[in-house]
Amino acid sequence: MSLSEPSASGRFGEFGGRYVPETLVPACQELEAAFREAWADQAFRDELDALLADYAGRPSPITECHRLSEELGVRVLLKREDLNHTGSHKINNVLGQALLAKRMGKTRLVAETGAGQHGVASATAAALMGMECKVFMGEVDMERQALNVFRMKLLGAEVVPAMSGSRTLKDAVNEAMRDWVATVENTHYCLGSVMGPHPYPWMVREFHTVIGKESREQCAKLLENEIPDVVTACVGGGSNAIGIFSGFADTTAELVGVEPAGGAAVGRGVPGVVHGMKSYLMQDEFGQVQEAHSISAGLDYPGVGPEHSHLSSIGRARYEQVTDAEVIEAFQLLSRTEGIIPALEPAHALAWIIRDRAKLAGKTVLLNMSGRGDKDVAQMMEILG
Amino acid sequence: MSASLADEGLVIPDAPTEPGEFERSLRSLRDSGRKLLVAYVTGGLHDEWPDVVRAVADAGADAIEIGIPFSDPVMDGPIIQEASELALRDGASPVTVLDTLRTIDAGVPIAVMTYYNLAFHMGHERFAASLYEAGVRAAILPDLPLEEVGPWATAADPAGIETVMLAAPTAPDERLPRVVARSRGFVYAVGLLGVTGERDELAASSLVIARRLKAITDKPVLVGVGVSNGQQAAEVSQVADGCVIGSALMRRVVAGEGPAGAGAFIAEVRAALDAS
Repeated sequence: MSLSEPSASGRFGEFGGRYVPETLVPACQELEAAFREAWADQAFRDELDALLADYAGRPSPITECHRLSEELGVRVLLKREDLNHTGSHKINNVLGQALLAKRMGKTRLVAETGAGQHGVASATAAALMGMECKVFMGEVDMERQALNVFRMKLLGAEVVPAMSGSRTLKDAVNEAMRDWVATVENTHYCLGSVMGPHPYPWMVREFHTVIGKESREQCAKLLENEIPDVVTACVGGGSNAIGIFSGFADTTAELVGVEPAGGAAVGRGVPGVVHGMKSYLMQDEFGQVQEAHSISAGLDYPGVGPEHSHLSSIGRARYEQVTDAEVIEAFQLLSRTEGIIPALEPAHALAWIIRDRAKLAGKTVLLNMSGRGDKDVAQMMEILG
Repeated sequence: MSASLADEGLVIPDAPTEPGEFERSLRSLRDSGRKLLVAYVTGGLHDEWPDVVRAVADAGADAIEIGIPFSDPVMDGPIIQEASELALRDGASPVTVLDTLRTIDAGVPIAVMTYYNLAFHMGHERFAASLYEAGVRAAILPDLPLEEVGPWATAADPAGIETVMLAAPTAPDERLPRVVARSRGFVYAVGLLGVTGERDELAASSLVIARRLKAITDKPVLVGVGVSNGQQAAEVSQVADGCVIGSALMRRVVAGEGPAGAGAFIAEVRAALDAS
């Protein structure tokens, strides 16, 4: 199979949909139509490709991890999204959405952010295109990611703390949606993952398929079998994972998403509806959404993109969980063996490889290195003393 | 679009042609010349919330919307967010709120306002039945727009729960009649672009949406979101059949004004409506 377009109602199997306040329904419909039209327009594609190449620095390379592979007995390849401008895969989606917003005549972007990577990318695209930008970020996350807060401000964005609930990513999404309800006439909601109401899960995936396409071509040259045995990535909302999965969904490669144990929507959730979508969701016995707890602000989210719920339910991808302690170990190991300091998010995927190395012995694993670790160094300094 | 929704089994059932109990009550009051006032009270906020409900009914609310608190109230502004958070912290759940509601004889029709996940999680049939058993006759689910309402409405209609649809200023002309046709109880006109909360002045958009709706339906049209006091209630009810007041009331309850303060405020709004 290859990853297909969602149904008319925006569903991947039973998941997805468009559960938004009535005020936003016309905006979502308009966005769907505009994206469909732009994505079929070669001029739009060319403009985006040029930005991805000349501004974001694509294509990103694949790095073979010789020392790490030797230590683990597993051949590990990294898709280096950490080398993109702004330091993560988030720029792929944001450049696409900002271009689209401009094409739709919007003058303002609103975004949510967890670790700050999507916020920084949004602020960057807004600066590049001369748009206003407001980023909502959980108060707790603003503390643990102070560096990214400063970067967003430098880039000219306004950063607003989300003070309700758990004061993390989930609440930042609520605040961004509330802002959008009030400003929908001139504002585009630049959602940062493959989640939210239709068309976001589909549109954001399409903007990240560049990761999968490049990886597929690169693997074809690099590997004798052309296809890795396993493709893995961390999953919060799941945008970097869906991006790299998209290049291998129609192959024999096993697809493995790795969730934080404290925010494992697929692993520990049941179907629910929040933030405009039906998907696996961590909730209590009454359907109240539970707070996620993860060392990584970017994965601290109780839900997951609906296409991941679908891929899990049909068995095309499987989802593993790792603990904060395992992530800390992986973070250090990659730094030491390869000279690459990973963001805490992709360190989750590596943590799974480390734990399951016996089962993976002799296999080739492609890991999406979705972001660099600079933003996490201060937090790790405190943890490691 | 609707053809392909049907292909997916997402049929939106036509609303029953006969008005339900809740709507009949509002219609008969309206037809007698009265401007309608619906008050919103967060269920489970402080032990005294049943007294707040009774006080508000006694003070002249024609129906009451009970908010079943949800963890992520995306259509609500700061006041109702705070009220919901406090109630949840006090241990409120759909079960505790409905259990208590069953014991309140307010003497006016009761609706609930909550978010779809609580209904989805419990199961549509079970949720609709438990609302009815608690004396509730209408439901407002602001994150369940027309295209998604089918599975819920299929369970709610036969269970005697009237699903109130929201009509927003952003809806194009071709959309409004479809929203109105599916709405039962009343039509909830969203007064402005934004979430619930008090505003210094009545938004011009509330009169525009009320006018657009009154032109196409004889169902009761009530404006909510941004109607904050008696004067604004009277102003918007020049066009609409009445209004919903939530945040302005809950600000007083959160501040500890109790049933007496809540009742006094609703009496004030009632008087302004009656004088208009």
